[in-house]
Amino acid sequence: MSGHDNGAPVAQPTHFEFTPENLERAKKIIAKYPPGRQASAVLPLLHLAQAQHDNWLPRAAMDYVARMLDMAPIRVYEVATFYTMFNLKPVGKYLLQACTTTPCWLRGSDEVVAACERKLGIRMGETTPDGMFTLTEVECLGACVNAPVLWVNDDFYEDLDGPSTERILDALRRGEKPPIGPQIDRQTSAPVGGKTTLLNVKREA
Amino acid sequence: MLRDEDRIFQNLYGELDWRLAGARARGDWDGTAALIAKGRDWIVNEVKNSGLRGRGGAGFPTGLKWSFMPKQSERPCYLVVNADESEPGTCKDRDIIRHEPQKLIEGCLLASFAMGAHTCFIYIRGEFVNEARRLQAAIDEAYEAGLLGKNAAGSGWDFDLILHRGAGAYICGEEMALLESLEGRKGQPRLKPPFPAQVGLYGCPTTVNNVETISVVPTILRRGASWFAGIGRPKNEGTKVFCISGHVNRPCNVEEAMGIPLRELIEKHAGGVRGGWDNLLAVIPGGSSVPCIPKPICDEVLMDFDSLREVKSGLGTAAVIVMDKSTDIIKAIARLAKFYKHESCGQCTPCREGTGWMWRVLERMVKGEAEVAEIDMLLDVSYEIEGHTICALGDAAAWPVQGLIRHFRPVIEARIAEYRSRAGRRAA
Repeated sequence: MSGHDNGAPVAQPTHFEFTPENLERAKKIIAKYPPGRQASAVLPLLHLAQAQHDNWLPRAAMDYVARMLDMAPIRVYEVATFYTMFNLKPVGKYLLQACTTTPCWLRGSDEVVAACERKLGIRMGETTPDGMFTLTEVECLGACVNAPVLWVNDDFYEDLDGPSTERILDALRRGEKPPIGPQIDRQTSAPVGGKTTLLNVKREA
Repeated sequence: MLRDEDRIFQNLYGELDWRLAGARARGDWDGTAALIAKGRDWIVNEVKNSGLRGRGGAGFPTGLKWSFMPKQSERPCYLVVNADESEPGTCKDRDIIRHEPQKLIEGCLLASFAMGAHTCFIYIRGEFVNEARRLQAAIDEAYEAGLLGKNAAGSGWDFDLILHRGAGAYICGEEMALLESLEGRKGQPRLKPPFPAQVGLYGCPTTVNNVETISVVPTILRRGASWFAGIGRPKNEGTKVFCISGHVNRPCNVEEAMGIPLRELIEKHAGGVRGGWDNLLAVIPGGSSVPCIPKPICDEVLMDFDSLREVKSGLGTAAVIVMDKSTDIIKAIARLAKFYKHESCGQCTPCREGTGWMWRVLERMVKGEAEVAEIDMLLDVSYEIEGHTICALGDAAAWPVQGLIRHFRPVIEARIAEYRSRAGRRAA
């Protein structure tokens, strides 16, 4: 089982509520599910709450979502602790999640992890003192023909090695957003150096 | 080799417009209402006759699965599309979602109509943030064009399509865990029976299908069951998106005919094994769950359900993970054991305790810090996990370990001997 790192207790805000815009979004999400089945909206609402709250989910947000969906709070805690995408303590501005499962490992994920640790001066599971970066290990991200992959907040950086990982970290620290996807000359999941199929399909400008 | 004109996913690599206009130019949504006018029995029969087997890993005949849905139902019926693509090595649905979303959306309408469903949910893994945005945009476009909603695509069938994001749990790719998750709970699989076709989402008749399965349906219906069935081998028909990762020169996704020889697949499309075919150690041919096969088997085996079953492995999701001779095969499998330990939902004791136990033993075996007798003990324990859990995650965790021991026992023994001789030298 995955389980979350309980570690030291986290300073919890006493209050949480959706912004007016997010409240509207939440209502639309709940309306997608059949009447009486509003609990189906728990994952989307927790995603929304986490996005609003610096990418982590305080207890107050879980309680708020529980009230909104007429769920017992424990049911929401169960969900929030079961799914690994919910961060139960603060994370850096950039959450770096390095895939180290076998397909990425075979293609050099060790170098990606080492580059992150070296460049940022932190180990797996730690956050830089300036609160910019948190580094964690993640299981298979489902982009294996573009391994190794580093997941940064919403985006996948693919086909990495040590130097390209360092370049991405430098750019992020400068406040830039490097182009996402493959970091080598390559069209998505097509073979490097040119296709072997779909030869009549020409890339549109 | 499959001819280019027989490839269903012409925009597999995202070179063309993914939007509705581009999709229509490739033939999507062409005469959808006319296909629906032929009736649900016609659709189910065409899919049966095409030989299509589920592309999510188990390979169950799709048309047969659809026929389990009640012909008449007081309760609503649902189609749920499994886009929780998480099996290590597998990344084909991601390409369909981001580059050919209208094929999936049209397939959802056709399949839902064939099963009497007015509502379909697509459950996409949470990590696919950008892919979910893309798919939602495609769904919105389809609604605006009247292809979804009331009288969808002018077919007379009312149809709603809802995208639902997961939040990071491999187990939610298991259909019963997926339904639990969709209902707002932890993704812990339910016991079967009852099967989802009787008691599924919200207690209603439900069919769960993989993204690729649903996305090939419109093309099968347009080009005909006999076209699809004419590709591949008997009982293993059609085309398939293969994902080739690991130690190849040019890792890639590629749509090929079922039954293509593994060696041809790797050499023709993935640039061959790093260092040449003779540098091959082993291949995991169908995603991390299936047992690995060593080079002598790889020399000859065909890539389909039945051929791979004959060599005690499986086609699974057709995710081909290639390992050359530089690979520490014990470590490669130990990492998969760690994956299953991490992803076990904790509900069944054999899986919850067994996955962690196997991982810990394998980590010692990586170093050689084990007894030779523990190899058989590990094998025994894997058989105690396999088949003794509510869902197939226990099996999925056991098979890679069984494959390792079946084909690479001497490597483990040598590692243990090496550790012993080092320890002996230190003691002396």
